[in-house]
Amino acid sequence: MAGSKSKKKNREEADKYSVLLPTYNERENLPLIVWLLVKYFGESGYNYEIIVIDDGSPDGTLQIAEQLQKIYGEDKIVLRPREKKLGLGTAYIHGIKHATGNFIIIMDADLSHHPKFIPEFIKKQKEGGYDLVSGTRYRGDGGVYGWDLRRKLISRGANFVTQVLLRPGASDLTGSFRLYKKDVLERLVERCVSKGYVFQMEMIVRARQLGYSIGEVPISFVDRVYGESKLGGNEIVSFLKGLLTLFATT
Amino acid sequence: MTKLLQWLLGVSLIGIAWGLVTFDLLDLQLPAVYKEVAWPMPVYLLVVFGCYSLATVGYRVATFNDCEEAAKELQAQIKEAKADLKKKGLKM
Ligand SMILES: Nc1nc2c(ncn2[C@@H]2O[C@H](COP(=O)(O)OP(=O)(O)O)[C@@H](O)[C@H]2O)c(=O)[nH]1
Ligand SMILES: [Mg+2]
Repeated sequence: MAGSKSKKKNREEADKYSVLLPTYNERENLPLIVWLLVKYFGESGYNYEIIVIDDGSPDGTLQIAEQLQKIYGEDKIVLRPREKKLGLGTAYIHGIKHATGNFIIIMDADLSHHPKFIPEFIKKQKEGGYDLVSGTRYRGDGGVYGWDLRRKLISRGANFVTQVLLRPGASDLTGSFRLYKKDVLERLVERCVSKGYVFQMEMIVRARQLGYSIGEVPISFVDRVYGESKLGGNEIVSFLKGLLTLFATT
Repeated sequence: MTKLLQWLLGVSLIGIAWGLVTFDLLDLQLPAVYKEVAWPMPVYLLVVFGCYSLATVGYRVATFNDCEEAAKELQAQIKEAKADLKKKGLKM
């Protein structure tokens, strides 16, 4: 009895979580998000590493990251910078290659994804043995802060259309705060072809298609305080294009 | 099967069923009342679906949580983090 219990404990302690933080001009946000990650991982006691993938930000994000590495140690803060801005999708692929954990957490570095939810993600994953756990703004206590009526309407409308057309079995497709088993993420990334915004949506649609199990945790999404969003512009057009592509191909 | 094909299949099944009853394609000599109910059916279904969509989206927009608390908590933590990081020697 005692034997099997300690064995289970060992296995849990062997779990390691690699957090991928892609950054582009996030010099103000990066120290704060790292501080919060260290705080919540420290409190919950899970084994972790933070992989910062900076794409040659002109604002000096990388220099800040180097300072953080000195403060928190090279085993906790891993820097995998790239020369120039190559996009979010490839940043994840680049990060996965260097990740040493058996679980990978993907989140934005702009403080709209709060690290306090990570212990909940991990708990949820362990409860159901899920292949991936996705944060959701659309369910339970989930929600947003700093959105006007127009943005809420677009968000809810787009989500409804997507649910009707794709029936993906997950309530938040465009959010990008998720925890994956490493091998599951690797297999998904291999199969996903879309870029940017649609990438997140394709990941979860393909996950369902491949029969992976999906758990959900409600999250509060607080609009970025510092810096500006790099996506945007023709977000709606690229969303519709992506949606129709997935509709016809999955 | 892609989602597109599933939709096409579903729509054609409904279309065939509708055609069979409305135009009595199989010569089943259905009572006239069947026909009367069937022929405006597609329009009814569209209207019902449209109303359902509007109501659902409207309700969800109205009940979209505003996370005031989370925003306040984050602001407080940002202050705390900045002070602590300064103490640890971070130069912004
Ligand atoms: N490495 C890298 N990170 C990026 C790139 N574009 C965006 N990011 C980061 O990805 C995250 C999400 O981007 P953001 O502009 O906030 O997108 P939004 O939340 O959809 O408005 C942030 O942490 C950005 O710094 C890129 O080209 N390369
Ligand atoms: Mg953002």
